[in-house]
Amino acid sequence: MSDSSGQGRLTVLKTYKLYVGGKFPRSESGRVYEVTDAKGRWLANAPLSSRKDARDAVVAARKAVGGWSGAAAYNRGQVLYRIAEMLQGRADQFTREVADAEGLSKSKAAAVVEAAIDRWVWYAGWTDKIAQVVGGANPVAGPYFNHSVPEPTGVVAVLAPRESSLLGLVSVVAPVVATGNTAVVVASEDRPLPALSLAEVLATSDVPGGVVNVLSGRTAEIAAPLAAHQDVNGIDLTGADAALAKDLEIAAADNLKRVLRPAGTAADWTADPGTRRMTAFLETKTVWHPTGALGVAGSSY
Amino acid sequence: MASPHPDPSSAPAAGRSPFAYAPAPESRSVVDIAPSYGLFIDGEFTEAADGKVFKTLAPATEEVLSEIAQAGEQDVERAVRAARRAFEKWSALPGAERAKYLFRIARILQERARELAVLETLDNGKPIKETRDFDVPQAAAHFFYHAGWADKLEHAGFGPAPRPLGVAAQVIPWNFPLLMLAWKIAPALATGNTVVLKPAETTPLSALFFADVCRQAGLPKGVVNIVTGDGTTGAALVAHPEVDKVAFTGSTDVGKAIARQVAGTRKKVTLELGGKGANIVFDDAPLDQAVEGIVTGIFFNQGQVCCAGSRLLVQESVADELIESLKRRLGTLRLGDPLDKNTDIGAINSAQQLAKIRELTEIGAAEGAERWSPECELPSSGYWFPPTLFTGVAQAHTVAQDEIFGPVLSVLTFRTPDEAVAKANNTPYGLSAGVWTEKGSRMLAVADRLRAGVVWANTFNKFDPTSPFGGYKESGYGREGGRHGLEAYLDV
Repeated sequence: MSDSSGQGRLTVLKTYKLYVGGKFPRSESGRVYEVTDAKGRWLANAPLSSRKDARDAVVAARKAVGGWSGAAAYNRGQVLYRIAEMLQGRADQFTREVADAEGLSKSKAAAVVEAAIDRWVWYAGWTDKIAQVVGGANPVAGPYFNHSVPEPTGVVAVLAPRESSLLGLVSVVAPVVATGNTAVVVASEDRPLPALSLAEVLATSDVPGGVVNVLSGRTAEIAAPLAAHQDVNGIDLTGADAALAKDLEIAAADNLKRVLRPAGTAADWTADPGTRRMTAFLETKTVWHPTGALGVAGSSY
Repeated sequence: MASPHPDPSSAPAAGRSPFAYAPAPESRSVVDIAPSYGLFIDGEFTEAADGKVFKTLAPATEEVLSEIAQAGEQDVERAVRAARRAFEKWSALPGAERAKYLFRIARILQERARELAVLETLDNGKPIKETRDFDVPQAAAHFFYHAGWADKLEHAGFGPAPRPLGVAAQVIPWNFPLLMLAWKIAPALATGNTVVLKPAETTPLSALFFADVCRQAGLPKGVVNIVTGDGTTGAALVAHPEVDKVAFTGSTDVGKAIARQVAGTRKKVTLELGGKGANIVFDDAPLDQAVEGIVTGIFFNQGQVCCAGSRLLVQESVADELIESLKRRLGTLRLGDPLDKNTDIGAINSAQQLAKIRELTEIGAAEGAERWSPECELPSSGYWFPPTLFTGVAQAHTVAQDEIFGPVLSVLTFRTPDEAVAKANNTPYGLSAGVWTEKGSRMLAVADRLRAGVVWANTFNKFDPTSPFGGYKESGYGREGGRHGLEAYLDV
């Protein structure tokens, strides 16, 4: 946030808002908290989301599941590519925000933003390939057409990593939505601004409302109702510390949510992500149908 | 309905049905059952540390078959340590060598198929034609299939050098004791893990028989360990800190307890839990085939199948006709001595399970669904339940929501495909479903919208080692079988 006190023009501040169901509401709670830069200087007031905000976000995410998971994989890819384009267009803004949030030099922050854009592009390309890689035909010992296809698990709660405010965020959100799930994202507690700005990118990128919902606030406070929510199908615990992750995993067992545990060590978000973050929130459906027995008589079809 | 008494000397209810056959019992002399069995740890049979035992019964006659050691925490500790010791060498073996061990096991299972079929039928109560033609051949096929993976893991799509996890704790149910053992042990060994397996309390015999198969195959000591016991044994095994992988098949309640128990650990978990499968019959379905599929779907293994088609959803316009055919078909099912080769429906696995089925069906009747069974004489000893239909079932009824795990079919109707899909998906479970229609586009569209891990179209209850199996929602997570099933045992 550039300080123009003294002489010249006073900067217009921005009110950061949540992103729920394709809209930008303030927190239902009416609360905010101070977000500071790496040196402790005030940057903005971010919404301090409540349990009610979390539940509203789940409702929005659930509503979006049918359309998003039912869209053609090619179409989802087009939307994700569009997000990358929009990110690219706003690269300067994100560079500034990442630099502030993570205390990076401008050039390092720019490299992070570029990596985040490239990561979107990478996942965008996966939308219409993952089914071929993890699905396929099963050569069963009988006259059956039998194939397995991956399907999204549904609504996934994503606790974004605490340190990496943009690249880490993109790395956990993109795989969830690329595979047809919808997401309720809890932004990094200390570094939420790039996430809230990413919502503005999503809103202008043909992403249907509710596919990605972004909440800011206290991770533990927002994550608890999400982990316990009966209409959430999966939870990515990346942004939780070990103690919180354990509690959330216990809560998630109530409806057997798919759980992605946090990595034990500090994640290297620049490394090749592999397919694991996608397969963690995919189900495998296997369909059988008789093909007709082509016996010697060849008559039963 | 013919209902021969388990004792073949007593006369079957002759003259009641044109399908009354003379008894054709399989000889039980092919298998020797010892009066008592120990735990199989580190290649040896051993007593439980505290000397506790329990009895296993033949559900069809209530005859005591054998006395089995009840493993306690000390025994679990010993078994896990044995598996841990064996892991180092086993995981370091070239895949091609591990493959040959699995191949040996598969061949021995085939060679000893008749013994195993009789043993399984005695201990479980299921008909001999099912153990002979389904359980045992499928179990062997699982070992063959996974033998082929052991030396090809780098091609399985999990990266160039997938690693085993370590010691696998495996807890299996009583409905398919040998087959579930094969589903668990074959992929674990192929991928280089070692195993401590706990079979169900009421059906330990085929697992103990399998210990002898391991001996014949020359499997290194400690690679497979069998600890028999009840739920407390299973809980101790799952909780053991030296266990790297937990694989469980059983009830959703226990599955959830396991999921809570492993929270915060690095144990990898797969859960194959309950189901309330919808079998959807559209008005254009081939009705005769559908009737056979419905029967297979719910009366196979006395309905004690997690993926059973326990909810029949039939399109209103053909409901009366279908239900009438179904009732006619049920009248020809033969219930009785599981060792009789003509038996279709055997005994319920235990007194406890029978009580559960009775309780849930009483609730079904009390809630207002209409109950129907064919005329059916039940044997005087053993645990029996007649094939049962509930019609006039509403979605909120207990018999439409709760897994009964017995030969009980709830019939609901629908008018449109949308309604069928909505009703099919309207349980917390998501394991299996069936679709019956002659119209390909309808089949594919409906299959696409069903939230279930397996969809059988114009067929039901088909299984194959190459075909991944497992549930959506509260039916658990992970897949068994196929390329997908390997993931559960690899560090990926």
